[in-house]
Amino acid sequence: MTMSPAVITRVSFSRRLKDRVVLGLVWLAFAVAVVPLISVLWLVIKNGIARFDLEFLTHSMRNIGARDAGGGAYHAILGTLEQVGLAALISVPVGLLTAIYLVEYGQNRQLARSISFFVDVMTGIPSVVAGLFVLAFWVLVLGLGYSGFAGALALSILMMPTVVRSAEEMLRLVPNDLREASYALGVPKWKTITKIVFPTAFTGIITGVMLAIARVAGETAPLLLTVFSTDSINEDPFNGPQMGLPLYVFDQAQRPNVTAVDRAWTGALTLILIVMLLNLVARLIAWWRSPAKGR
Amino acid sequence: MRRPAFRRSRGEGPFRFATTGAGVVVLAIMAAIAVFLIVKAIPALQANTSSFLAEKIWTPNATEPKFGIAALAFGTVISSLLALIMALPVAIGVALFISHYAPRRLAGALGYVIDLLAAVPSVVYGLWGVIFLIPFVQGPYTFLNDYFGWIPLFAGDAVYGKSIMTGSIVLAIMILPIIAAISREVFLQAPRALEEASLALGATRWEMIRMSVLPFGRPGVISAAMLGLGRAMGETIAVALIFPATFDITFKVLSNNGNSIAANIANGFGEATPIGQGALIASGLVLFVITLVVNTAARLIIARRKEYSRAAA
Amino acid sequence: MAKQIEVSDLDAYYGSHKAIEGITMTIEPRSVTAFIGPSGCGKSTFLRTLNRMHEVIPGAHVDGKILLEDQDLYGPDIDPVSVRRTVGMVFQRPNPFPTMSIFDNVAAGLRLNGRISKSEAEGIVETSLKDANLWNEVKDRLNKPGAGLSGGQQQRLCIARAIAVSPAVLLMDEPCSALDPISTLAIEDLIAKLKNDYTIVIVTHNMQQAARVSDRTAFFNLAGQGQPGKLVEMDETSKIFTNPTQKATEDYITGRFG
Ligand SMILES: Nc1ncnc2c1ncn2[C@@H]1O[C@H](COP(=O)(O)OP(=O)(O)OP(=O)(O)O)[C@@H](O)[C@H]1O
Ligand SMILES: [Mg+2]
Repeated sequence: MTMSPAVITRVSFSRRLKDRVVLGLVWLAFAVAVVPLISVLWLVIKNGIARFDLEFLTHSMRNIGARDAGGGAYHAILGTLEQVGLAALISVPVGLLTAIYLVEYGQNRQLARSISFFVDVMTGIPSVVAGLFVLAFWVLVLGLGYSGFAGALALSILMMPTVVRSAEEMLRLVPNDLREASYALGVPKWKTITKIVFPTAFTGIITGVMLAIARVAGETAPLLLTVFSTDSINEDPFNGPQMGLPLYVFDQAQRPNVTAVDRAWTGALTLILIVMLLNLVARLIAWWRSPAKGR
Repeated sequence: MRRPAFRRSRGEGPFRFATTGAGVVVLAIMAAIAVFLIVKAIPALQANTSSFLAEKIWTPNATEPKFGIAALAFGTVISSLLALIMALPVAIGVALFISHYAPRRLAGALGYVIDLLAAVPSVVYGLWGVIFLIPFVQGPYTFLNDYFGWIPLFAGDAVYGKSIMTGSIVLAIMILPIIAAISREVFLQAPRALEEASLALGATRWEMIRMSVLPFGRPGVISAAMLGLGRAMGETIAVALIFPATFDITFKVLSNNGNSIAANIANGFGEATPIGQGALIASGLVLFVITLVVNTAARLIIARRKEYSRAAA
Repeated sequence: MAKQIEVSDLDAYYGSHKAIEGITMTIEPRSVTAFIGPSGCGKSTFLRTLNRMHEVIPGAHVDGKILLEDQDLYGPDIDPVSVRRTVGMVFQRPNPFPTMSIFDNVAAGLRLNGRISKSEAEGIVETSLKDANLWNEVKDRLNKPGAGLSGGQQQRLCIARAIAVSPAVLLMDEPCSALDPISTLAIEDLIAKLKNDYTIVIVTHNMQQAARVSDRTAFFNLAGQGQPGKLVEMDETSKIFTNPTQKATEDYITGRFG
């Protein structure tokens, strides 16, 4: 800089220009990111709404000919709800208990460190590999066949690390003061955890669990390898192939008929609605809790 | 030395056992994944009549099974890298936009938009890619091919739209939110004092960002990029719908080529014989190892950064 | 109810770091004992050994002997959890349980330690809040969150919570340092009242407060940087503040260091 004492000079033109160019680029980046989202949402709504009717929500694809219109995704929606529900039932308890172990009991033990490491590894497992594992273990080695439950197993492997990590984060946010206050009352550690620490972290944990559920609800690849696929309603997740909504979309999108592609769009719309609803609920819970924190 | 012995409270023992047990279950699952994938892959690998690592074609269902990972691994890596190259600048721009440019009110809402982008299931992107994007890109591809075909990258027959490039575009859209979200997080953590110091020196906003935000955020952004890369490599359904499932190793990214380990599993699973399934499982193992390496690298970078920022605190 | 505490040759460690060394003292029942001394000399550490809260910290442990009346607190078959039920504690920063109402906060110790009937709980909550001089201020909003009270009220709530489990000893670690003068006075009055029923130990950095509320005072000091803290002397509060035996005590009290 030149010495110009006490004179307010304008920033040089080239520097201002650079600043402006970057501003433009940053805006452009944002636009570029948003355009596909709008395009996807717009097309899903536009193409999906046509078949988003009562028949779609209440009928399966049984006895629907290759070129026929009509038919629906009832079997797939039912399957998805069952599979995701079972996956949550498996992964949430294991995930929460693991998080409690890591935060409250693990301290710096070797076991805790290796669990933590492998939870990280698990986070990075591609969903298709989780599907392959359940295929190898459940279907091929144990010979238990394709079923909704096999799909739930694969989904729970994908959910577990998310649940552990988010619960862990929430438990660590609970101030140590509260634990000490409880110990000082002569409350045993496990009751301190279940009655003081856990309730304090509860809404945060629920938010994390909902987000984890929303994430696996849209998974297709693991289902493809484990629940197989069917056009009929199968209410029993423990026996025989089922359908899942993401799988339904994949299946219909590959069929060469316009009627099938229409159903794929509607399936996608339904799937997005379910996932967004789960996300919304999670955010509402988080939002509902946050103002209380300050008070 | 005495240990904290809460041994007398009934309930303490069972509860502690349950939590430790859950942790051990996680370890057991990881071990089981490795063991069962390997166990089911071995018979197929033994039946293979060509080199699993060097072979390009994939005919494990034939009476003389012949399959190799070469073309698939190449497709996985090239399509993911291409996706990363496209997504990274945009993601950094988006992250900067949210952390330093957007009005404060808007920033929160935009963060949600990014999360929303991340929440769209991959099969939806796949559907969008097949029905909308493939016809849409045929024009631009033909243009590139006509005028820039002398560049090897754009050579080949580019009229189909089903190509490595199209898959990469979809992958880029899919990994953009995660890279943007992590980058935003690290940009927001840049020490305010440093930012204010550079503004006080008379820096413009861009100079301030270049001087104090970007250097601080670099390791975080690099690891975000690696995590994104890992995601792209494992992504299955969207690319299974888009790639034409060829088994070539080619850099002609606009031509009617493209495949990946994950896409091959999704597409080949339906008609796989036991050997075929074993072959797919073997390829899944390779995918697992590749993503593990990428993710571990990302985590090491993050861990290093944490140490650094703690020292600075 | 109130009990005497006898400490002999007590050392406390954080991992391999020895924080306090060779503490021997007797804490009289039905009286207030104040701990004073420069920052880092181990007052809190020592206080926390008295109800075995020290060992909650990973790697922390204790050597030596503490007798409560005739029971060895560190005896082989003593459950630390039950020790803490007998020796209660109030912390520097008020820490009501955020998910609980005022009522539930006071009843927490009772409920988490075993089942009690609703009417029993109501009775104990009322007497505890009255003993803590808080009843009149909160009796109309017992179901509101405890975190909604002012800092001074929260601290009294924590005292009520501590005395609800009817301990024999009450340990207080700088209970007023986060409070305004008026709330401080309220707590000091409360301490004066509670000493009729409890053995009270209070850590404070406020010399006037020590002089006002305590019957006996113990002065702790560090022998040097990185060395463990030690008990320098302990005597009647009036004696410590007017005519201490040790030079270090006099220097500290008159503000020449610390
Ligand atoms: N959790 C801990 N881990 C390791 N060392 C600790 C821990 N808590 C305290 N110490 C160390 O033990 C020594 C005594 O600390 P303590 O908190 O008992 O001092 P204090 O007299 O209460 O100080 P203050 O008046 O500031 O509260 C100090 O050297 C401190 O650094
Ligand atoms: Mg202290």
